[in-house]
Amino acid sequence: MYSYNDFDEAFVRERVSQFSGQVARRIDGSLTEEEFRPLRLMNGLYLQLHAYMLRVAIPYGTLNPDQMDQLAMIAEKFDKGYGHFTTRQNIQYNWPKLPDVPAILEALADVEMHAIQTSGNTIRNVTADHFAGAAADESFDPRPVAELIRQWSTDHPEFQFLPRKFKVAVTGASHDRAVVRAHDIGIVLKEQNGVKGAEVIVGGGLGRTPMVGKTLSDFVPFADLLPYIEATVSVWNLLGRRDNKYKARIKITVHENGLDDIRARVEERFAQIKPTFGGVDMDMLAQIEQFFVSPIFVDKPMESYTRAYENDPVFRAWADTNLAAHKNADYAIVTVSLKKPGTTPGDASADQMRSLAQLARDYAHDELRISHEQNVILPHVHKSNLPALHAVLKANDLATANAGLISDIIACPGMDYCALATARSIPVAQGIATRFEELKLEQDIGELKIKISGCINACGHHHVGHIGILGLDRAGVENYQITLGGDGTETTVIGDRTGPGFAYDEIIPAIERLVYAYLDLRLDAEETFLATYRRLGMPPFKEALYPVKEDKADAA
Amino acid sequence: MARPFTPKIVTANALLEGDVIYLSASDTWVRALSDAALFDTQEVAEERLAFAAKDGFAVGAYLVDAVAGENGPEPTHFREDFRRTGPSNHNHGKQAEL
Repeated sequence: MYSYNDFDEAFVRERVSQFSGQVARRIDGSLTEEEFRPLRLMNGLYLQLHAYMLRVAIPYGTLNPDQMDQLAMIAEKFDKGYGHFTTRQNIQYNWPKLPDVPAILEALADVEMHAIQTSGNTIRNVTADHFAGAAADESFDPRPVAELIRQWSTDHPEFQFLPRKFKVAVTGASHDRAVVRAHDIGIVLKEQNGVKGAEVIVGGGLGRTPMVGKTLSDFVPFADLLPYIEATVSVWNLLGRRDNKYKARIKITVHENGLDDIRARVEERFAQIKPTFGGVDMDMLAQIEQFFVSPIFVDKPMESYTRAYENDPVFRAWADTNLAAHKNADYAIVTVSLKKPGTTPGDASADQMRSLAQLARDYAHDELRISHEQNVILPHVHKSNLPALHAVLKANDLATANAGLISDIIACPGMDYCALATARSIPVAQGIATRFEELKLEQDIGELKIKISGCINACGHHHVGHIGILGLDRAGVENYQITLGGDGTETTVIGDRTGPGFAYDEIIPAIERLVYAYLDLRLDAEETFLATYRRLGMPPFKEALYPVKEDKADAA
Repeated sequence: MARPFTPKIVTANALLEGDVIYLSASDTWVRALSDAALFDTQEVAEERLAFAAKDGFAVGAYLVDAVAGENGPEPTHFREDFRRTGPSNHNHGKQAEL
């Protein structure tokens, strides 16, 4: 993985030093909150409901074991012994105290990490396929391009005061695991006539006005990619609406001006700025690529895996759900679920982080990933090591066999932490996962993605959940709207709203009715919830959600 | 007819710790909602908010509805109920500290 050069190191240290001075001046009263707020947001420090929250970037979700150990150390020394992994491949600490934040940032810098541009109207942490460099269906490793964009966007002078935040995601696989069509810019790496390049998608996003991204260019060769992206952000920076923050994202700019108009403007801007790049971007990309060579895969017998798979039903159940196909057939990609029923989606204790770091050292070529689905990925595990790895996961409460199943729920922090939230998300996720564990139906239900947001900003990606849940405040009471049929993959669809929302104590029974309806309606066990919904549409699910009360039926 | 006035409290977050604080009757910041001062008129509430907003150690002061209870002010909205308690997924925050 990428390792800081002298420039990166100096930049991050200088920022820590600047922010330390700013914190000191805020505490001694030289800076007002009004003056301090934009400075702390530039460095990922929010003030939430109960405490400050520090959001630390995990660029394209990639971590090495030393970084994971340091995240554990910070959790223990400066927080309450845990961290929360988010849908944007960040980690959030929910309880830092302001005077400690400079020391936390210094500790992050010690392992080449930071919290820069994890907030504010800037280009945010670049996300990528969490199976990058490992997936069997991958044509290109997205990480070098993601790293190039990270370097280019960090402190980019033109893009520090954008109309609104700006999110970029990159994938290089046929199956989209990075939700690229729900980003301001989504990049799909591909090859055309022997030339490497990318499809550039623009104007996707969830939030108040969800939109699926549109193809701005079907193919931009690598040599043009960075100037093309810069041209796109540049066009939006001038054209984007600053009069209304709800209309400021690029999706609205594309919608209001039309894709063809935006494309023409981008091409015009591209022609202006392309000559100024002078090839330095390609030189840097070539340098960066050297950091992302594949590990040296070993060739060794697989009996231990076969034996465990045949004889240990717990291992087998875990292997069947939590392993994904690796490009090397002797290897597997391991999803470590942070979704044990009853726990908070995405939370990991310091001990769990340390055990994951050690597992990466022992069995996974020193690599870890954080997925936007709030799980931890060990991308390169030889199958012979899986039984030993599984035993360690079990001992650390990390062996939940539910990747992609109904209890593998995405949930934003909601009103348990977030100042913007309108309702809680976490207890709803906990309640659904616990209920379906009791019912012992999870394996039978099969693939089902539930995503929960505690406000319309949609950090929990509810619009692209097969079942999406949105928590709102309706006349001073928590109320939950359901959407169905959302999809965050290469066939991205925004889910359809079912109708009136449900009270806090009604939402879990409502989900249960939906799932029982699906089990009755599906053609066979192979037909997923999403496929069944696509075949039948809303009516039968709506009927299950809103049963006609008998007294009403009589009256009619 | 004008809507009846709902009494108000002044709340904010502490600069250093970031936790929820309330303005008391003696113009100090207190950690428990039950120790907060309840203001019975809009004029007094706004005047106390203006006073509180000048304090550099309180961040984002605002007025919020509350009602008198047996043990001091009680929130009328669930958001303030969570703020005075802490998160529901971990025993952290005020529920663990007070």
